[in-house]
Amino acid sequence: MRQTIIVGSGPAGYAAAIYAARARLRPLLIASSVDVGGELMKTTDVENFPGFPEGIMGPDLMVKMREQAERFGTEIVHDDVTKLELGGDIKRATLGDGGVHEALTVIYAAGSAYRRLGIDDEVRLSGHGVSWCATCDGAFFRQQTVAVVGGGDSALEEATFLTRFADKVFLVHRRDSLRASAAMQDRARANPKIEFSWNQKVAHVYGDEKVDGIGLVGTDDGAEIRLDVAGLFVAIGSDPRTHLVHGQLHLTAEGTIAVDGRSSRTNLPGVFAAGDVIDPTYKQAITAAGSGTVASLDAEHYLAALAAHSSPAPAPV
Amino acid sequence: MSSTTAVTDATFQSEVLHHEIPILVDFWAEWCGPCRAVSPILDKIAEENTGKLSIVKMDVDENPETVERYGIVSIPSMLVFDGGQVVKRITGAKPKPVLDADLKEFLA
Repeated sequence: MRQTIIVGSGPAGYAAAIYAARARLRPLLIASSVDVGGELMKTTDVENFPGFPEGIMGPDLMVKMREQAERFGTEIVHDDVTKLELGGDIKRATLGDGGVHEALTVIYAAGSAYRRLGIDDEVRLSGHGVSWCATCDGAFFRQQTVAVVGGGDSALEEATFLTRFADKVFLVHRRDSLRASAAMQDRARANPKIEFSWNQKVAHVYGDEKVDGIGLVGTDDGAEIRLDVAGLFVAIGSDPRTHLVHGQLHLTAEGTIAVDGRSSRTNLPGVFAAGDVIDPTYKQAITAAGSGTVASLDAEHYLAALAAHSSPAPAPV
Repeated sequence: MSSTTAVTDATFQSEVLHHEIPILVDFWAEWCGPCRAVSPILDKIAEENTGKLSIVKMDVDENPETVERYGIVSIPSMLVFDGGQVVKRITGAKPKPVLDADLKEFLA
């Protein structure tokens, strides 16, 4: 029986692991099989994580977090959780390989998954020009024209990154203003290869063997246009990965896991949630790390209270 | 990182197109995080299926000819060749049970 199991290997999971390991809780961190390190593994320069004035590559930052968690004794497994049983005093996590792990507490920090556009042919042409990973696939679009859809930091980062390869990058956004940070906006607007398509949504993606164009519809006037592009990069946000806890943990109207005030406490005793799964708003590496820290401290507090209750009752006075 | 054999533009024909059993080519690059994640899973699948499915890898940076010929625009991309023809195309890093299922016709 373990003290704590951490589900997730992004900034929230690793920060929770660093604190839990230093508290001698000997955490088991279940990192997933193919998404180890979380969303930052698909980014390039991270310029806003405190402590790295020159910036740091996202994957390098995640390796460092992992090493810091391991240094204090975190055990890490590379597998996916297929089932979580959170209701009892003893929590159980079943893994893809069939193994079952038990613990007194669970810190759930599974992050979020990229949103799809939900249009015809998006899935069929995925890997044939439709992509969710500019850092993976950008280099295949040298001297071509591509489009990025989205208006947040990740969309602008992808658009800017893609100009290393592509001759032209359309940034398609359904509004006339961006959510992205000012620094990211300034950089994208100053980039002569980026052209903004405001008030447009992607309604179609065209191509037989691979993408040769997208169809846009004006969000204000309904006008339809076609853009000839070889690639479509989707960066329209993400949704919290809560499927493992449906029916067990209460969710908010926004689909995130409900927690008590500023704590990480869910509706179930001994179950704590951190990072993007509880955060519909900020979704930053540093806020996720802070959230993981809170979860670890909450778990530690809960375990201390459990130990105090289960120790022999003091002699009556 | 991986024990899997690397193929190149120069060796593609002899090692892949003329291979006697189905062979999966993992198109990857050093700078691709999801490729690094899926690589040990493919190693494992290769190890478990010796004699049924061979697995090799191709660095997309160094082999533009083959990458172009097979229209690779996303990595990791995993193409299974049998008798010189592409018989299966898988895109994106996936967990082992999912890849096992995608490849089941070759692993039986």
